[in-house]
Amino acid sequence: MATATEEVRRVVFDSREASAMVEELRASFGSGKTRSYEWRASQLNKLEKVTEYHEAEIIEALRSDLSKPEFESFVQEIGMLKSSCKLALRQLKSWMKPEKAKTSITTFPSSAEIVSEPLGVVLIISAWNYPFLLSLDPVVGAIAAGNAVVLKPSELAPATSKLLARLLGEYMDSSSVRVIEGGVAETTALLEQKWDKICYTGNGRVGRIVMASAAKHLTPVLLELGGKCPVVVDSGINLQVASRRIIVGKWGCNNGQACISPDHILTTKDFAPILVDALKQELDSFYGKNPLQSKDLSRIVNSNHYARLTKLLDEDKVSGKIVHGGERDISNLRIAPTILLDVPQDSLIMQEEIFGPLLPIVTVDKVEDSFDLINSGSKPLAAYLFTNDKKLKDQFVRSVSAGGLVINDTTIHLAVPSLPFGGVGESGMGAYHGKFSFEAFSHKKAVVYRGFSGDASVRYPPYTKGKLSLLKALVGGSILGIIRALFGWS
Amino acid sequence: MKGLCIDPLNNFSEYWKQPELSLTDFRERIIRRFLPFPKLMVSSASSRKCFATVSAVVAEVEENKTFDSERAGLVVKELRKSFNSGRTKSYEWRMLQLNNVARMLDEKEKDIIEALYKDLSKPELETYIAEISTLKSSCQEALEGLKHWMIPEKVKTSISTYPSSAEIVSEPLGVVLVISTWNFPFLLSLDPVIGAISAGNAVVLKPSEIAPATSSLLSKLVEEYLDSSVVKVIEGAIPETSALLEQKWDKILYTGSARVGRIVMAAAAKHLTPVILELGGKSPAVVASDVNLQVAVRRIIAGKWALNNGQACIAVDYIITTKDFAPKLIEALKSELEQFFGNDPMNSKDISRIVSSTQFTRLAKLLEEDKVSDKIVLGGQMDENQSKMAPTILLDVPEDTQIMNEEIFGPFMPIVTVEKIEGSFDVINSRPKPLAAYLFTNNEQLKKSFVENISSGGMLINDTVLHVAVASLPFGGVGESGMGSYHGKFSFDGFSHKKSVLYRSFSGDSTLRYPPYTPEKLKLLKAVISGNIFNIIMALIGW
Repeated sequence: MATATEEVRRVVFDSREASAMVEELRASFGSGKTRSYEWRASQLNKLEKVTEYHEAEIIEALRSDLSKPEFESFVQEIGMLKSSCKLALRQLKSWMKPEKAKTSITTFPSSAEIVSEPLGVVLIISAWNYPFLLSLDPVVGAIAAGNAVVLKPSELAPATSKLLARLLGEYMDSSSVRVIEGGVAETTALLEQKWDKICYTGNGRVGRIVMASAAKHLTPVLLELGGKCPVVVDSGINLQVASRRIIVGKWGCNNGQACISPDHILTTKDFAPILVDALKQELDSFYGKNPLQSKDLSRIVNSNHYARLTKLLDEDKVSGKIVHGGERDISNLRIAPTILLDVPQDSLIMQEEIFGPLLPIVTVDKVEDSFDLINSGSKPLAAYLFTNDKKLKDQFVRSVSAGGLVINDTTIHLAVPSLPFGGVGESGMGAYHGKFSFEAFSHKKAVVYRGFSGDASVRYPPYTKGKLSLLKALVGGSILGIIRALFGWS
Repeated sequence: MKGLCIDPLNNFSEYWKQPELSLTDFRERIIRRFLPFPKLMVSSASSRKCFATVSAVVAEVEENKTFDSERAGLVVKELRKSFNSGRTKSYEWRMLQLNNVARMLDEKEKDIIEALYKDLSKPELETYIAEISTLKSSCQEALEGLKHWMIPEKVKTSISTYPSSAEIVSEPLGVVLVISTWNFPFLLSLDPVIGAISAGNAVVLKPSEIAPATSSLLSKLVEEYLDSSVVKVIEGAIPETSALLEQKWDKILYTGSARVGRIVMAAAAKHLTPVILELGGKSPAVVASDVNLQVAVRRIIAGKWALNNGQACIAVDYIITTKDFAPKLIEALKSELEQFFGNDPMNSKDISRIVSSTQFTRLAKLLEEDKVSDKIVLGGQMDENQSKMAPTILLDVPEDTQIMNEEIFGPFMPIVTVEKIEGSFDVINSRPKPLAAYLFTNNEQLKKSFVENISSGGMLINDTVLHVAVASLPFGGVGESGMGSYHGKFSFDGFSHKKSVLYRSFSGDSTLRYPPYTPEKLKLLKAVISGNIFNIIMALIGW
């Protein structure tokens, strides 16, 4: 019976129902209650409680959706979210304080400040790969900034989606925080509404659709997309540490199904064999001889993605390039960590974001050549470099454009809340994390205060020659000119 | 040099002198004559050279039809090549360009004033204050701040990445498009360009075709003063703008109306291009009764009629005051208006004209509406031939009229009355968020609640418009009034990507991070995350 009613409810979530919901949230936002420090702090506290009290359920949901290892769920989803909540709670008061700004001579005497105010009712559309973190981390920002929020978790991670709907319904102020579950139809109904900000995590194709719908209502967007994140590996490094850090960023991040996972490696022809050996050896020590059986690797999310990935691997020019792995198990949706060497640039695997456990290694003559190769493609969300060469680091930072860069490690810039997390170009627009999350969901209102004293008639018509020369003298900063103008000697 | 050339502007003024020519005709002739003419549109060296004969011009027009998507694509390609060469990234290049803009402002002051007079009859003093000197300050601000702005910002790192260091590096976005508008055609063209250059981008500027003299001047001056392989002016109207919008840009800054803003953003979405939209809205001025009336009124006038005759996105759109105070306010406005613009404001040299016949018709229609025309308490005169309209005040216009529902953008000032001044908040909040909101009062409590309860791009208490002159404040709208902001360092930031960079070494590698994931590792991590030292120790000793 319960499921039947649920079915009916799902079917009727159309544009009309979406509109009614937004109206409700707008009324609640209009009442002003989400603006208070107390409301924001209490909601953040509750989110933190969700992570604390329901750890086991969250881990279970992620296991059901992705066979995500408990360790990864704990560190990368629950732990990260907890830190986000804690940081926001600790700093919210200072974030909310208006920032004093200097005023200029033109407005003298005056004072000025920048006031952060909530945008209103915001929509967060989340992804399936980190379905818990990428749903709630933006919610932390939206709430911290005092907005009403609708969260649309990904239907491709149904257990987590359902859990989120239940937990947020249970813990959060339902007049201002809602979860709408669903797929394309529900998302379309939501996108037809007028929002005050939309945060979307996913791919560039849907990102374009989201932005185009947002344009109809002049809604600003935060788009967290992906891209082919390269890892440049120089020789003369601590090879074991580098290999481990590459592996943990690739297979140790949801089996490569992460927007900041290394997509491919760029190294020199000479160094490639050495690197391949080191990767093989560390992979063995991490996941054992039979990685398809390892409990420490996520599975592929669904059969569509499984088919997409195997297609990449089965392409004629590609299948002969496998130097490690390649095993697969369709019944369990598992693909082993797979390394490919010297795959042609025009193959599909080198054209689209891989988003899975396949790691092609591209070789170049000189390691610097890799920078040109990166810059010839669209801008990735992250780019990584392993080297001990100071000059190479500088050149990398100067010349490679990406959402973020990490030198001598992968993915962990995500865990530094003082850094904005976001893409550029094809990898997205806008950024969040830490205070940037608060800012992403705030409007920075410029406020200037003046008194009635100090009113200069030079501003007002009729515009005499004397006024003009006085102004020019003032702008030019010439004291003599000012005096001359004041005495009318222009 | 000038004497040798046939100055196209002189030809414009010839048209201008023909009284029988309507504004539309005038504009159309300009568009017919110059806009399809590629060498004027793409600012190239030849645009400054003499045109030998009219027949040569005609031949040119027939040869290269319009500025279409293909040609726009070529412009972008060329700029991308220059950008990729890396030279716009250097501090020296940026400083040189900014210095050149500053020099241009000094050397071409007269030409600028002349162009704005042609386009809008803009009084010299207004041009000087609102366009030239504001740009000068922008340049100055950028020249002084640039070195500091460009330095990567060091930030704290967290325990989870220890040992490491981190910084935020500002890098140029690439090739950007600035689409400008006609009301402050010089300022609103070059101010964003200053930001784009400061941040190290290649730029295409599309000035407004509705201010043709300024558009043409900009094209000429940019070519003359700036690095033309990196900064280009494309003149034109809808077809040229559409051709430009089809290209892939790394940022688009558009100043104008919300309707076109939506078109720009939708076009940008195809290429995932971020946008800054500087739109407008109905910016209210709330006037309480406890004010210095003369100063308040003068400042309202300065932010309406002395600001391009109300044709400004941050001009006061309407006034809200109490029923009791309205008559006093109107008296004061009348007396100050007379002092500023004389008994016959239609002949005042200190007030801009209405920019075009389309705008004139639109404004006249607002005033002629049934429920509106009898609400005029001052002004109402208009002269279509000269495209002039007098400062006009209206009292208690019904809410369901056109004038109360669209941005006025002209010299009409409706006064809305409320019982208590706090009632004004509902009036404002029932409309889309404006670009600016003004309040005149000495009451601290009222100020506080205004700032708390009203959402708008920016706010100014006890004055109008001047907040845009404060470079330490971001200038931009919210909701219907736009997205993104610029001015001062915010301009630099608006055209930069904030790249996060984290540096680590190979030392301090903990196996805790790596598979196989044992229960002990998990226990230790949980202890670390919860910050419980006792648990950490227990986990480390293997309990």
